[in-house]
Amino acid sequence: MIFGKRGREVVSSSILQNRFDRRTFALGAVQGGFALLLAGRMSYIAIAENKKYELESESNRVNLSLIPPRRGWILDRNNAPLASNRADFRVDVIPERMDDPEGTIDQLAELLALDPARVADVKSKLAEARNFQPVEVASGLDYDQFAAISVRLPDFPGVVPQRGFSRYYPTGPAVGHLIGYVGAASAEEFEEDGNPILITPGYKIGKDGLEKQFEQRLRGVPGARRVEVTASGRIVRDLATREDIQGNPVRTTIDGPLQDYAARRLGLESGSVVVMDCRTGDLLCMSSMPSFDPNSFSDGIGSVEYSMLREDERVPLRNKVLKGLYPPGSTVKPMVSMAFLEAGLDPAATVFCGGGLRVGNRVFRCWKRGGHGTVDMAKGIYQSCDVYFYHFAQQLGMDVIAPMAKRCGMGQEFPLPVTSQFYGTVPDPEWKMRKYEREWQPFDTVNATIGQGYMLASPLQLAVMSARLATGAKLMPRLIINPNDPSPASMNFSQDHVRTIQNAMSDVVNGPGTAGRARIPIEGVNMAGKTGTAQVVSLSRSDGKTGNWKYRDHGLFIFFAPFNNPRYAGAVVIEHGGGSGAAYPIARDVMTFMFDPQKGLDALTELEKGWGGTAQQRLNSKYAAYAAAAGESVEPVPRREADIFARVDAEARAAAERPSALADRPTTPRPEPGDEEGSAGPPPGTIAAPAPAPARVPAPAQAPAAGARPAAATP
Amino acid sequence: MSSVVPAPIARQPWSMLFPLITLIAFGAAVLYSAAGGSMQPYAQSHLVRFALFLVMAAIMTRFSRQWVKFLAYPIYGIVLLLLVAVEAIGAIGGGSQRWLNLGFIVLQPSELMKPAIVLALARFYDTLPPGMTGSWRAIVPAGVLLFAPVCLVLLQPDLGTSLALIFGGAIVMFLAGLPLRWFVIGALGAAIAAPLAFFFGLQEYQQRRVFTFLDPESDPLGSGYHITQSKIAIGSGGLFGKGFNEGSQSHLNYLPEPHTDFVFATMAEEWGLIGGLVVIGIFVLILGWGLRVARQSSDRFASLLAAGMVATIFFYVVINLMMVMGLAPVVGIPLPFMSHGGSSMLTNMLCIGALMMVNSWNRSRRARSFSA
Repeated sequence: MIFGKRGREVVSSSILQNRFDRRTFALGAVQGGFALLLAGRMSYIAIAENKKYELESESNRVNLSLIPPRRGWILDRNNAPLASNRADFRVDVIPERMDDPEGTIDQLAELLALDPARVADVKSKLAEARNFQPVEVASGLDYDQFAAISVRLPDFPGVVPQRGFSRYYPTGPAVGHLIGYVGAASAEEFEEDGNPILITPGYKIGKDGLEKQFEQRLRGVPGARRVEVTASGRIVRDLATREDIQGNPVRTTIDGPLQDYAARRLGLESGSVVVMDCRTGDLLCMSSMPSFDPNSFSDGIGSVEYSMLREDERVPLRNKVLKGLYPPGSTVKPMVSMAFLEAGLDPAATVFCGGGLRVGNRVFRCWKRGGHGTVDMAKGIYQSCDVYFYHFAQQLGMDVIAPMAKRCGMGQEFPLPVTSQFYGTVPDPEWKMRKYEREWQPFDTVNATIGQGYMLASPLQLAVMSARLATGAKLMPRLIINPNDPSPASMNFSQDHVRTIQNAMSDVVNGPGTAGRARIPIEGVNMAGKTGTAQVVSLSRSDGKTGNWKYRDHGLFIFFAPFNNPRYAGAVVIEHGGGSGAAYPIARDVMTFMFDPQKGLDALTELEKGWGGTAQQRLNSKYAAYAAAAGESVEPVPRREADIFARVDAEARAAAERPSALADRPTTPRPEPGDEEGSAGPPPGTIAAPAPAPARVPAPAQAPAAGARPAAATP
Repeated sequence: MSSVVPAPIARQPWSMLFPLITLIAFGAAVLYSAAGGSMQPYAQSHLVRFALFLVMAAIMTRFSRQWVKFLAYPIYGIVLLLLVAVEAIGAIGGGSQRWLNLGFIVLQPSELMKPAIVLALARFYDTLPPGMTGSWRAIVPAGVLLFAPVCLVLLQPDLGTSLALIFGGAIVMFLAGLPLRWFVIGALGAAIAAPLAFFFGLQEYQQRRVFTFLDPESDPLGSGYHITQSKIAIGSGGLFGKGFNEGSQSHLNYLPEPHTDFVFATMAEEWGLIGGLVVIGIFVLILGWGLRVARQSSDRFASLLAAGMVATIFFYVVINLMMVMGLAPVVGIPLPFMSHGGSSMLTNMLCIGALMMVNSWNRSRRARSFSA
């Protein structure tokens, strides 16, 4: 067909006609070829690949959306909900489906009237979220708002309005630490778990406390909804729906009303209340205040709120029941007494207290500078005489006390469903050598007998100690009701010894003891207890009662009631409360509430008038004030929610590890706020032989100051 | 031929018209479905336009050969001026523009240029002495005729239409008997120039379309979306389709442009492979008839004109079908007689009208030769 130059000369009409015929034929052949090609291609797509494309077409058309399962309820011992679900309307966004995230959020904010702090939070979360991770914009919407978003859906790609359930904690801050809270799963949590329900908009998993511990049991089975959707995501019609199956409930041992009462009764203090059932070890109450509101945490923690909680020196983010470690102070004395009894000491054996005890060339002081006179075991407990314990501890040694402390629960971890618990310290010679490579000194024993020095315990451990001493049964604290739990083993105490301790501790409250004002105002119910005041800094820094909050003494109180047939036992610890006087009125009211709720509530209502409302109300108003003052300059919420608590835990652990500034010297006990204490203004001279103390020991120098202070003590 | 049927009716090329009307009706049914089961806004105007343009085609058959030959260059010139006008208005108004609003009609001159270029080139080779077919005189003026509008259309920028013009022009040149060697050289040159043009000549969105065509799954939600969704529509139709008005891809808006560029996918989803083969078969019948008309004509002008018109329709059909089946990039060329759109219908009916015109010339020639 290729014509050279020669051929050009001979081109004529007929040749062109010939070429035209041939070339149109070729063109026709090519066209036919294309027709076959297209028919073949189409057959291939429509027949050979039909299954694949049918599937893709279906997956286009049908949108299978998971219905997040309703979480199982968390119940108290009487099946009242501590955590339940509330129907609500909510709006989430899925970043990868959004065209213009910033603009959409702004429009949503306008429609929903969100406040600027919330909008800023949502935007920063959106910037950090992985693409598939839903970000909550708002929940708890009313129907009108929900409808306003729903009708504009075609303009809002990636916005998911839902009717669903949100977690609701009826008593709010009272159960914050205990129950934890829920939140959208983080990328790490999704990778770990792999369950696609985790990235369903509106689905939340437990982030702390029981919510986290029982995540699998509470989770339930998601439902599914098959809908026909357009390319822009508008739902055309429902095809099929499978209902979700609600998660199983978790029934705790907690007494809901008591938990709430104790939290409210703590009032403005920073502290914790633990109450145990003396027959089973059930934890009836584990209140730690101040706290956070798990309801607002579950909506996504706002940066303003986080900042407020973070800056509070009372550490609302720490569960003080489990992670607060305090020198137990004189609350260890019943335990030490039990150690003495088991070691063979006659409870009638006496010692003379003249306000101090000389050991070697040192003098260890009793809190009562004037001395207690002749002291037997019962008086040692109810008057909290330090000299009695110094004396017999020197005779019987730390090897008697430390094992008893451990038997009673100090330094122990309990098998509880909690994220973490600190176990504190029960010092003994071997421990001190291992830890500090220093010899055990006589003053170490002296410190230990009055719960100072290296000794550290959590409020939970103190409550367990109280319960075990009160009953002679090896009660294990438990949080979840389980009928199969074995009944508690015996501590193998002699019944006489138990009775001795019961009576002595009863006298603390009902007799001539240090906590007469702790008497329960109910006829026939007598509470037994033991006060404790734990110093945090030496006398040279603070008198322990006034001045800088951080330097004030911790107030402690362990108790059980009724004293001769214990039903309930517990512990109250008030951080920097200025002494045990801050603790035992709370124990008294909590126990009153147990036996006569109305009486207990009346007392509380009166107090709350002075405090400015319930714990929830105060938290709300505090937030409002803080948010108004803080404005923009707030610390952002940690990207990983696990860090929220990890930070305060880390600080608490570090603080517990630091050797106490008071541990390497004998402690000079502060006066117990006993009723008769006001009269206990001892002249320095009555103290037996003011010995030349080591230079670092400031005790004698402080004596006048301490002595000059009685009037300031609680009368 | 039965005497019952009146002569003017019997005279019509029913072997083409019958398939064509079938296709138009089928197209209207698909458009009815694409509108969600409604004659508005697509199907009705589709039918009305066809009727209108069929009348136009019938009028065209009355034109005499001399008259058409005489008008060939003026028509080409007018359309070229319209193209320039579009460019000028676009340049003044800022931003590119393809349409010319004449008040009563929105005209797309680049569409009109497709039959016009065929007409002009057929006229050119008709007047070219056969002896010069191998010389530069055969290619240079024709090249100017062809590339003037191609450049203007490229400026719009409209790659699909430019290619259609080049294809139509090249086919006329090929059939005019230009040495095959030139086409081989031209093809080689294009093969070398294409990558250069691709990287330096094309707009970014055009480049992206080509990339996406090569790997549609690379960007399933972006520009690969069209191809993927179109294949899903065709593939999910299977042998018999999902049924009339049952196409989920088109009705739920997954398929882009279900009434214009992707009308074939809309059809295939509901009518399956059977529907697709019917459509392809009808195009084979129409184009085959057109080629026969071209071959039956003994007149050089008429045969080149007819064959060029066939090529123009053919280009539309092939590129569109290849596009919806994932064999070609998304270029924005509608499917003749099925896609909704006035300009496209006008162009294709002009082509059909020209073919009917040549057909009637053929008949009168045969009639004369019988009588002679």
